[in-house]
Amino acid sequence: MSEPSTDEPTRGTGVSRRRAITLAGAGVAGVAGVAVGAGALLGGGDQASATETAAGAVPFHGEHQAGITTPAQDRLHFVAFDVITKDRARLVALLQEWTAAAARMTAGKDAGVIGAVDGVPEAPPDDTGEALGLPPSQLTITVGFGPTLFRDAQGRDRFGIADKRPAALADLPHFAGDALKPELSGGDICVQACANDPQVAVHAIRNLARIGMGVVSVRWSQLGFGRTSSTSRGQATARNLFGFKDGTANLKAEDADLLREQLWAQPGDGADWMTGGSYLVTRKIRMLVETWDRSPLAEQEMIVGRTKGSGAPLGKRAEFDEPDFAAKGDDGEPVIAETAHVRLAHPDQNDGARLLRRGYNFVDGSDGLGRLDAGLFFIAYQRDPRRQFVPIQTRLARNDAMNEYLRHVSSGLFACPPGVRDAADWWGRALFS
Amino acid sequence: MRTTRFVVPAAAGVLVVAGLTGCGGGDDSDAKAGGPIAVKATDSACEVDSTEIEAGQVTFKVTNSGSKVNEFYVYAAGDRVMGEVENIAPGLSRELRVELPAGTYETACKPGMSGRGIRGALKVSGTVATVAPDAALGQATASYQRYVQSQTAALLTRTEEFVAAVKANDVARAKDLYPVARTYWERIEPVAESFGDLDPKIDGREEVVEEGMQFTGFHRIEKDLWTTGDISKDGAIADQLLVDVKAIVAKANAEKLTPLQLANGAKALLDEVASGKITGEEERYSHTDLWDFNANLEGSKAAIAALRPALEQRSPDLVKQLDTEFAAVEAALGKHRAGDGWKLHTQLSKAELKELSDSINALAEPISKVAAVVAR
Repeated sequence: MSEPSTDEPTRGTGVSRRRAITLAGAGVAGVAGVAVGAGALLGGGDQASATETAAGAVPFHGEHQAGITTPAQDRLHFVAFDVITKDRARLVALLQEWTAAAARMTAGKDAGVIGAVDGVPEAPPDDTGEALGLPPSQLTITVGFGPTLFRDAQGRDRFGIADKRPAALADLPHFAGDALKPELSGGDICVQACANDPQVAVHAIRNLARIGMGVVSVRWSQLGFGRTSSTSRGQATARNLFGFKDGTANLKAEDADLLREQLWAQPGDGADWMTGGSYLVTRKIRMLVETWDRSPLAEQEMIVGRTKGSGAPLGKRAEFDEPDFAAKGDDGEPVIAETAHVRLAHPDQNDGARLLRRGYNFVDGSDGLGRLDAGLFFIAYQRDPRRQFVPIQTRLARNDAMNEYLRHVSSGLFACPPGVRDAADWWGRALFS
Repeated sequence: MRTTRFVVPAAAGVLVVAGLTGCGGGDDSDAKAGGPIAVKATDSACEVDSTEIEAGQVTFKVTNSGSKVNEFYVYAAGDRVMGEVENIAPGLSRELRVELPAGTYETACKPGMSGRGIRGALKVSGTVATVAPDAALGQATASYQRYVQSQTAALLTRTEEFVAAVKANDVARAKDLYPVARTYWERIEPVAESFGDLDPKIDGREEVVEEGMQFTGFHRIEKDLWTTGDISKDGAIADQLLVDVKAIVAKANAEKLTPLQLANGAKALLDEVASGKITGEEERYSHTDLWDFNANLEGSKAAIAALRPALEQRSPDLVKQLDTEFAAVEAALGKHRAGDGWKLHTQLSKAELKELSDSINALAEPISKVAAVVAR
């Protein structure tokens, strides 16, 4: 590998192949709105333009972090880190380095300033190189801080920020049926990388983990494919591994008022550094697909409360028809069962509480017994989990007929700060300043 | 554990034939004259006084003179249970009354409640008519109802014994009785599960408990028996278990099931195996999962057997396939017998568990087709 290949077009130009692609028609990297196609994307509502820009860049800087209301990409690599240093300055320096690397990578560039192939032969490259030649693929990188970053299990204030822990970042209760594996749960810092190319998402996490060596340690990570929610009206509703449309009633990027009310932390919510941020709950939900697959269609539809084909609520015709929870069938029983998923999860049954979901399907191979190790990596953003995820999940855990086919094996809770405003800003600045 | 699966999908709007023939338990008929047929059961023999009898109401009087708890069955083709008595303790006699149309049957004693039992032929001749096609489904529910009643009776007795051992602080005996009492629960688990409020109290595992609720039932005592071995404080939990079991027995016996529920229940039992037993999740402290596995399998077979006359009429090929696959699972599981019981889950290799998992899937797929056959 020491001999440069003569047909490597970017070699010696000082511009990586990724750079060559993404800088076309763009000025300075990292300025909001600069990236190819981003404008069309933000316009929303137009499926054709969303398709055209599938390979483009999503702006990194802004009021909110990208990767929350951004139209859900098709691939995920999510990682939770433990912070292993006790040195606050090292942690802060890492967050600054990460921010810079993320700004570069989301623009389609290498993680480091030198790049995968432009350094001196004696040094390891400052980018791992597997994304060379690939477009930005709408990569977004989103960061969150877990409860344990503020105080450890012994109650110690680890980095002098314990008094800044938001009340909304309250530990989740144990829900009925939780079978959580500690080694797959929690974490001090999370990073969500979403992209339309799995290699681009993996590249982003791999490079951040590498930059963080000695400061953070990977606790667990998860790959996902096939978004299971739409976060924009420009997207068709996707299907989960049960074969059902998921996220029909999801919060959408276009619902500005609802997003203020339900998604973004507002001034006065209790932690100023979080204003414009959002709280993230992750749940790795194993689906017992083999037993699901041999359950009758009518039972599947009864459990979900929607038809499998169109996704219409039972008793209705079209996917976006409002479910009628009061309707009774000829037998006097509710058309949508009391234990149906759609009933229990619906805002009408939860004091109007909603979530912005952007979960992904996962298949981690098989489990050694020939069963697909598969399911949903659930991701939900919200203004306050105490009023949103917790009451909704409490109801679901108690009563959802779907629980028969589910195992919650991992759980995470993180406070995702507001967006990085400009090149001088960095993830967590308001928290650590 | 967990929610109802013995549910008829509301949207399916299917037949409800339950109760066509009433309970059919035999206690409503004075039957034919003549004394009961004596059955001498020991640990190694099963002597039935008459093996050629007249059709109609038949009474067997089973005396257990062996040293192991025994069971007595009358099977029709495909091991369809025509009647049975469970839990005959050494030295005791119990009666079985059963309505037998003309045909060939098998009798079986099961010392130690294990395996296929000691079988014998039984020929029934006479004029009592065989079942008309449309009545076959009604008979299925009546037949399964009898099965549920026999299981719940044994469940109650065995739970009483288990509870008594716990309260006497007899750890060794309680450990011995634990998987036995659960056998009767696991055979009819989908029926029990349909009573959502009681199921978690009796059979809930530690993680089903929400914050602020108490962890009770079989698995709570299991944990104490196999982790600390200290059950000295479990008296109240044991008492509550018995109260809850009594309540569920009463409800289960009153429950009228539809043929569709039988079909779904047979599938649900195999799903229990595939999702909870094969993984060792259910009996995580005692590792007696193979006891449950076998009981689930037997319960599934009993439900399918009850439907057998109807299935024979409607889909004989499916019946053949089910017979083959049931035999395959029984053979695969049979390798792991240990005495009258079963090896521990932890004693099986990953490859052995995989073989069991594959055989359960091979059976569960055709069983999942039974409901559609019943519904048509």
